[in-house]
Amino acid sequence: MNRRKFLSWFGLAWVSFGAATGGALSIVLRFLFPNVVFEPPTSFKAGLPDDYEVGGVDERWKEKFGVWMVRTAEGIYALSTICTHLGCTPNWLTNENKFKCPCHGSGFYKTGINFEGPAPRPLERYRIGLTEDGQILIDKSKKFQQEKGEWNNPESFLVC
Amino acid sequence: MFDSFEHLIDAVSSPVTIFTFATAVFILFVTFPRQLTSKWVSLGTLFLVLAFFGIGLTDEHFRKIVSTPDNVPIVGLMFIFGYFTWFAMKKAVENDRRIEKGEPTVEQLETNDKVLVFPYLIFIEFVIALAYGAMLVIWSLWLKAPLEEPANPTVSPNPSKAPWYFLGLQEMLVYFDPWIAGVLLPTFIIIGLCAIPYIDRDPANSGFYCYKARRAVIIAYLFGFWILWILLIIMGTFLRGPNWNFFGPFEVWNVHKVVPLVNVNLSEIVFIKWLGVGLPKQWFIREWPGFAVLFLYFAIPPAVLARTALKDVYKKLEPTRYLVLVILLLVMIALPIKMYLRWAFNLKYLVAIPEFFFNI
Ligand code: FES
Repeated sequence: MNRRKFLSWFGLAWVSFGAATGGALSIVLRFLFPNVVFEPPTSFKAGLPDDYEVGGVDERWKEKFGVWMVRTAEGIYALSTICTHLGCTPNWLTNENKFKCPCHGSGFYKTGINFEGPAPRPLERYRIGLTEDGQILIDKSKKFQQEKGEWNNPESFLVC
Repeated sequence: MFDSFEHLIDAVSSPVTIFTFATAVFILFVTFPRQLTSKWVSLGTLFLVLAFFGIGLTDEHFRKIVSTPDNVPIVGLMFIFGYFTWFAMKKAVENDRRIEKGEPTVEQLETNDKVLVFPYLIFIEFVIALAYGAMLVIWSLWLKAPLEEPANPTVSPNPSKAPWYFLGLQEMLVYFDPWIAGVLLPTFIIIGLCAIPYIDRDPANSGFYCYKARRAVIIAYLFGFWILWILLIIMGTFLRGPNWNFFGPFEVWNVHKVVPLVNVNLSEIVFIKWLGVGLPKQWFIREWPGFAVLFLYFAIPPAVLARTALKDVYKKLEPTRYLVLVILLLVMIALPIKMYLRWAFNLKYLVAIPEFFFNI
């Protein structure tokens, strides 16, 4: 076998080795993405504003959509149920009038503002609006963060 | 029967007191190793600990916490680690005494020849592994694995606890921003442990237990291991209850316990409390006090120590290795410092830039 022939065999070996490795890796990568995802729709109708009691934190959508509905004298906002620390789900404690996270003890006021524990920023709010038939529409694909001053955005709050 | 004792313990238990008490015991132990590993002190300590457990077991809540299948290993761990630390220290003290008198160490008395790993060590390990396997089988039959219902992302159990070996990390998360407690510090721990053999390359005093000759190293290691890891695991296991509130060992885990945890950032203390002006708008103006503190913390001690307490170390290690060592130590010490700052001044973050998810 002369030198050139050897090199070409060598090259072929490397190419096929590379191809095989690449193929295997791409399969592994593909594996990282699930075939089917069950994601709840990002927007949902949350009933009429009058379904919510003034001054209360409503937990009816917590389980299904991860949203708390809070109604104040001025209106309604939809708070995310994801702790801004590491993403556990806090609990609403009616007596203490606060959200309290079971993982590292962060606490949030009814407004969503963090006031105790390690959470670095307030809970997020989702876009809230009305449909034509007067129902509340929550759109989870749009978030409003207090620390960026986004809670002044009229879409983060439903006046009623 | 022991009600008043239990109330007393509950009343004085808090993260501060327990942490401080443990540190004090630790300092005693490393200062007076000979006295504290002597026969009567050891037996006395063992007796006190057992008595505490015995009394504790008369309490229903205590009994429940220590006998939960999740927590049984931690009870075992306390005794086993305690025993091995005591054992090593006892041997080290004995060897120190012998070296002082110019006698051979215990290990040298046994044999001065090299012994092969295979079969001598492997055989011992094999037998231990068999016994260990048998023990695990019996254990798993006796204490059922605590399986729960399928996970539901919108329901976090209260309290939500990490596996026991991560409870130290979870406890750190109370005091640090997630990326520090969850990413940076663990990385430092791992890198730091890997770096030990490269920092301390001195072959002297290896091959037998000793204390005097390696005092600083042993203290640093034991402090990191016992106080900053095992103690935090113990606290996380037995003393953290619903809402990650702190509970005394005999205190019933009341979900409605309210502990005010209001914390303030350094910038708020400086600008609002001391200077009496509002918080500046731009983060780089607002956070300069924190950056300054951090800079001083990491710049001054290495420079000062190299000329004073660690002069010899500096000479021996040369600049790079010395810097690595000091930075690692400083990061380690930063953990208790931050904890005390929280307890004393309710300090939340030295540098808080929520705009970039950057808090220290
Ligand atoms: S995840 Fe909520 S406090 Fe850590």
